[in-house]
Amino acid sequence: MKKVIVLISLGILGFYLIDIFLGIGFGVPHFTNGVKDLYLSNSKDTLKVSNVVTAIVVNFRGFDTLGEVTVLFLASTALGGILYKKRHHVGERSVLFPASQVVMSGAKLLFPSIVLLGAYVFIHGHLSPGGGFQGGTIIATGFLLMLLTYRNYSVSHNRLVYFESLAGILFVSIGLVGYFSKGSFLENVLPVGNMNELFSGGVIGIIYIAVGFKVAAELTGIIYTVLHEKD
Amino acid sequence: MEKYLNILNIAIYGSAVLLMLIGLYGALTKKSLIKIVLGLSILDSGVHLLMIAIGYLKDGTAPIFSPGNEDKMNIMVDPIPQALVLTAIVIGFGVTAVALSLVIRLYRHHNTLRIDEIKKLKW
Amino acid sequence: MIYIILTLTLLLLMIASAVYAIWQKDLLYAVIASGILSLFLSIVFLILQAPDVALTEAAIGVALTTIIFIIAIRNTVRFEDEHDKKNVKTTTK
Repeated sequence: MKKVIVLISLGILGFYLIDIFLGIGFGVPHFTNGVKDLYLSNSKDTLKVSNVVTAIVVNFRGFDTLGEVTVLFLASTALGGILYKKRHHVGERSVLFPASQVVMSGAKLLFPSIVLLGAYVFIHGHLSPGGGFQGGTIIATGFLLMLLTYRNYSVSHNRLVYFESLAGILFVSIGLVGYFSKGSFLENVLPVGNMNELFSGGVIGIIYIAVGFKVAAELTGIIYTVLHEKD
Repeated sequence: MEKYLNILNIAIYGSAVLLMLIGLYGALTKKSLIKIVLGLSILDSGVHLLMIAIGYLKDGTAPIFSPGNEDKMNIMVDPIPQALVLTAIVIGFGVTAVALSLVIRLYRHHNTLRIDEIKKLKW
Repeated sequence: MIYIILTLTLLLLMIASAVYAIWQKDLLYAVIASGILSLFLSIVFLILQAPDVALTEAAIGVALTTIIFIIAIRNTVRFEDEHDKKNVKTTTK
């Protein structure tokens, strides 16, 4: 009986939603004097940054990125606080039996390449598709591969917390430097170069490197906490 | 070319709304807690697809300037929903991780994961 | 024309794996179906000209969400019904 009521009400909801969105249209421009032209032309002339999504995330809406970094920090702290009771020691883990020989030698070969790819992606965040969040998750995936393959591979949890806090302090202090010298939080204080060069865009590259370190350390910390749970 | 917009119009908006409804059905009807969290994750994916589909322009190109691309500002797709969805994906993963840790704690306390059994054990 | 056929195929596979993830009673198969859903969704994001979002969805949705679900299943029950232990092949050492 409950399933029938749920199905009928979801059907009515879906019908009205489809009606609204088919009226909006797919592939037609929606606003004539919107913010999109302002952001595109400002990113090309004033900031000289190639990747417009990076310019929006770090510069035009930089405060929302600070809020997101705070939410990730709260999530990893809450996870460590909820699962506090039973922990393995550093040597043993929730891996039942070790992996085969092919996986062991392949993982050792692949791990430096994955970390190098992740570092490349977040350093060149303002020149090509990529950025801090993408590079950080790629590095966390590399650490996950090593943690799942070997039983005695360990990452020092204190060093991860150290990196993460340092990167967060760097982010906020760059914003405060902009506030005290030019009048608004996260303002651009370094000179902008030419487009498509590595040292262009002012303070955007440094902020994204700090965000890349922070996201990599946080996600590795979450995976490490979850993997060391005892039955 | 009118038919192009009609087929993709119904297909992409229809499948985004259908993903949202499937996730919502899983979160409302199922009895095991891990299935409910899985339904919420599918609901997140549907919402992200809907937001990116609104910003698409017909025969558009990615919003990245490059040496041969600097005068195509009129046909770039909208970069603002992409910045919002970038944030939303990472926050969705954080919410899923905290919800699953709460599920593990609930299992250790009540020794069952079905919500109709948990309602019976009062203390 | 080729893009229309490719997009329709990917959307159909996405809906099929979402329905399979909700319907299946063995939770391990449902979690892997949700990982496949994230993979196809990342390719659809690339067709809609959003490369940053495609990178993020492919890295987070496929690898990290699946491993967190699998660890949660390992510390709790595996089947949805809990009284229903079928003939599951596990390898012991």
